[in-house]
Amino acid sequence: MTPAALSGGFSDTSVQAARAFRAALDAMARPGKVVALAGATPPAPLSVAAGVLVLTLVDTTTPLYLAPSHDTKAVRDWITFHTGAPFVEPAAASFALGNWSSLLPLDRFSIGSAEYPDRAATLIVELASLAAPTARISGPGIAVQAGLALPEVAAFAENHALYPLGLDFFFTADDRLAALPRSTRVEAA
Amino acid sequence: MREAAYNFAYLDEETKRMIRRAILKGVAVPGYQVPFASREMPMPYGWGTGGVQVTAACLVPEDCLKVIDQGADDTTNAVSIRKFFQRTAGVEVTERTAEATLIQTRHRIPEAPLSEGQILVYQVPIPEPLRFLEPSETETRKMHALQEYGVMHVKLYEDIARNGEIATSYAYPVKVEGRYVMDPSPIPKFDNPKLHRSSALQLFGAGREQRIYALPPYSAAVSLDFDDFPFAASKAPHDCDLCGAAESYLDEVIIDDAGGRMFVCSDADFCRTRREAGHAGQLAAGEAA
Repeated sequence: MTPAALSGGFSDTSVQAARAFRAALDAMARPGKVVALAGATPPAPLSVAAGVLVLTLVDTTTPLYLAPSHDTKAVRDWITFHTGAPFVEPAAASFALGNWSSLLPLDRFSIGSAEYPDRAATLIVELASLAAPTARISGPGIAVQAGLALPEVAAFAENHALYPLGLDFFFTADDRLAALPRSTRVEAA
Repeated sequence: MREAAYNFAYLDEETKRMIRRAILKGVAVPGYQVPFASREMPMPYGWGTGGVQVTAACLVPEDCLKVIDQGADDTTNAVSIRKFFQRTAGVEVTERTAEATLIQTRHRIPEAPLSEGQILVYQVPIPEPLRFLEPSETETRKMHALQEYGVMHVKLYEDIARNGEIATSYAYPVKVEGRYVMDPSPIPKFDNPKLHRSSALQLFGAGREQRIYALPPYSAAVSLDFDDFPFAASKAPHDCDLCGAAESYLDEVIIDDAGGRMFVCSDADFCRTRREAGHAGQLAAGEAA
């Protein structure tokens, strides 16, 4: 473990984690809404938003899958030091982290069971930008219709078709965060 | 002022992360009850330990907290929870619905419409709507998985057969987004229409039963009923004796030993706001005297 792994975490954990969770909750409860996260400086290629989200939600009880795009020694060391999360294969992961192409195919991840739909993985997808919406979305949390920058449409429409099973997504770019729960209907804009 | 001896909002960080993950899954699957490892809290079960844990996981230092018990800010339960978070989280508190960013409630939804930035946290005693019809958790879990809700309609039908109407007057079941039947906690059925497509995020915490569930903003929450016996929100057929409101949910209060009684708004903030605006009910002068 390099000394760099020891820095870049929260300086005031309980308050910074509370603010980060509240922003993440706002994003998950209102799909399409883009929020800002702050408080951590993770090693590249991890974005600030993804780093803060990992510190806020991941710990020793949540197995994490690092997709090839993010499976570097620096990222592993940083996550290990700050969260202690075990690194696992996709099928066993509660959380997965990477860019879109390296997280595919999605059918490797748990979508929960009919009796326990909550036992589904949450994917943290690193994008270049969340600025330009590419899909129209509707459903719980959305008054009428919203837009969201998605890497594609078909995969998310298929995921929604599994409802109430399915994966839940956070999208991160720099310090920005958006979310797409399985309950959201997705169409091309 | 927050007491330095406590972690922010009382709970340790690992517990808060566990609760936060459960809340996020609850939001992703509206109406589904997510199991969580409920903690012992420094108050007894039945005092809102589920709501308190959800509130503790959601609070930020910038929040303005309101706590109500049956609509009132000044009852023991509401006062003790409000003080608990003043001490452990140092947050601002208010009795005004419009000023609050997070409202923890026992068995009422405020009369004033909630807004986008607000979170409403319910204290839930029995989260499972099917529990009194089917005591086995294994069976009710399977019934939710299979959307096997016929037994609930039979129960409502038996209400009609015995009483001529659906006699269930509180904890009236709703169907969320056409999928899960959900217990809205023991709010009066008068409040059920306010669940439906609310602008606020609604979170439900059951401490003893170890369940968290959620209604994201603008979610559909439709009260179960029949075509020939449609759902009807009901209240006492009176106006508030203090503020004169005809549209609010009323408490009946005994005022003397001769059986005298009055009806007052259950939502104390709603009633006070109306009285401050100059509205008066038929006993308002008596109260001032």
